[in-house]
Amino acid sequence: MCGNEALAEAAIVAGCDAYFGYPITPQNEITAYMSERMPQEGRVFVQSESELAAINMVFGAAATGKRAMTSSSSPGISLMQEGISYLAGAELPAVVVNVMRGGPGLGNIAPSQADYFQATRGGGHGDYRTIVLGPSSVQELADCMPLAFDLADQYRMTVMVLADGILGQMMEPVMLDPKPRRQLPPKPWALTGMKDRRQNIVRSLYLADGALEELNNRLMAKYQQIQEHEVLCEEYRVEDAEIVIVAYGIAARIVRAAVDQARDEGIAAGMIRPITLWPFPSNQIGAAAETFRMVLTVEMSCGQMVEDVKLAVAGKCPVLLHGRPGGGVPTDDEVLDRIRQMTIRAGAA
Amino acid sequence: MTTVFKRTPVLKDCPTHYCPGCGHGIAHRLVAEVLDELDIQARTIGIAPVGCAVLAYNYLDVDMIEVAHGRAPAVATGMKRTNPDKIIFSYQGDGDLAAIGTAEIIHAAHRAERITVIFINNAVFGMTGGQMAPTTMLGQVTATTQQGRNPSNGQGYPLQVSEILALLPGTVYVERCALNGVPGIRRTKAAMKHAFQLQMDDAPGLSLVEVLSPCPTYWRMSPAKAMKWIDEQMSQVFPIARLKG
Repeated sequence: MCGNEALAEAAIVAGCDAYFGYPITPQNEITAYMSERMPQEGRVFVQSESELAAINMVFGAAATGKRAMTSSSSPGISLMQEGISYLAGAELPAVVVNVMRGGPGLGNIAPSQADYFQATRGGGHGDYRTIVLGPSSVQELADCMPLAFDLADQYRMTVMVLADGILGQMMEPVMLDPKPRRQLPPKPWALTGMKDRRQNIVRSLYLADGALEELNNRLMAKYQQIQEHEVLCEEYRVEDAEIVIVAYGIAARIVRAAVDQARDEGIAAGMIRPITLWPFPSNQIGAAAETFRMVLTVEMSCGQMVEDVKLAVAGKCPVLLHGRPGGGVPTDDEVLDRIRQMTIRAGAA
Repeated sequence: MTTVFKRTPVLKDCPTHYCPGCGHGIAHRLVAEVLDELDIQARTIGIAPVGCAVLAYNYLDVDMIEVAHGRAPAVATGMKRTNPDKIIFSYQGDGDLAAIGTAEIIHAAHRAERITVIFINNAVFGMTGGQMAPTTMLGQVTATTQQGRNPSNGQGYPLQVSEILALLPGTVYVERCALNGVPGIRRTKAAMKHAFQLQMDDAPGLSLVEVLSPCPTYWRMSPAKAMKWIDEQMSQVFPIARLKG
């Protein structure tokens, strides 16, 4: 299956009740797949008139306690930011898939990782975060979907699956085993009609003095919990590594090959691959950085995640960037070249 | 002694935040009476707009949600599609429905969403301080049309949203009423009741009741004069009529 179809089917297996979406390349297979499969399962599919409408349909369905999702690509995700901010303020669970393309503006339809800042900093207005998952294979993309729905329900917030045009389009074999699920809290806040109980209100307006600050503090406490318990990252050949590359998503696939080639040349290279981009594996990178001589961040942007890597490394060693913006995809050879150059520099240091 | 008039149970017992002479209080009460009379309080979900009526949930005792400016018909779509057994209504002002939310209302109607929309038209943006709305009358003085709305100044014409919506095959019922005195209020209530009844009957499309509603504060008129202005001015441009269904 291609990544887009795999994540769509995985969402259905994960119990997605409703999908709302608006066409945009390179994620159109999701919308097409959902338009067929959701009605077959007796579930809801709506092709909305815009991304604004799509995220607000998610907002409506989520408020009634249903599992709802949307998907889009970079320009469309920008339009959804209003709704994502409201979802944060109203503490509603939602899953948003961003199959990133090049930007800014209409950009192009080539794969990119240039929405890292937007995704990991909240993206819309106000003090909030979204959990961001950065899968690097079609299998992992599919595995992210049940996790995303569970995290969304557990923490009552938006979980963004941050993929890119290559992951969305490429074909790989996938196993869709329903994984053992988390114990999830009930949804007594859901709008289901006030039969047998008092009125429920879902809101994000807090006018009373101090009321919004209280909400913000409550959100921050929740985010703290997530930072403590939900970080996921993969370490690849880092035990004795002197040069470590940090990369996520499709860039990490390329880096893995470059690391193997460097090892074949006798260079002690390794990779740390954040799977959750927020919460970022700062502690893991920071602790490991004690023993590194140098860190290289490889990403398909002008350098966004590299800022989080620098914060995590906290000056313990130099952090360099190999960034390819505008739809450029690094090759394993060019990454290997950077590693070789760093070896010379590290040796000279 | 016999009680001849009392608070309807769907309306909460609390002080109002609306200005003296504002139409929202009457419109809220009518919605509450209709939900009570149709016995659908327990399965109704209401959508409050951005604008003066953002706090509608403080008055209406049903499950309610507050949504981004103009997006209520999209939120209603998400709710109704996933909960076809529930009664979903949005309560929107003219800034919300006829300016920023034009796409959402047109397309919810276009998709024939089985929802009910209460559209309060008071010809201004109330909450932000009485600026020009799409429905502002020609010559009407507002915070952003201080010489009076003038199309030759690029300020456009009053937007007749209900007439547009009535043209779409996806609407089953569109009626314009006005809160300008007892007959108008009674007619408004009957229209609201019909709109909700259609949804209860699973009629195949969207029902909308436009309500011409006084805003004495930003019309800079006494409440009594505001009622008269609806009669004499507003209903000339926005005719009281059953436009569809």
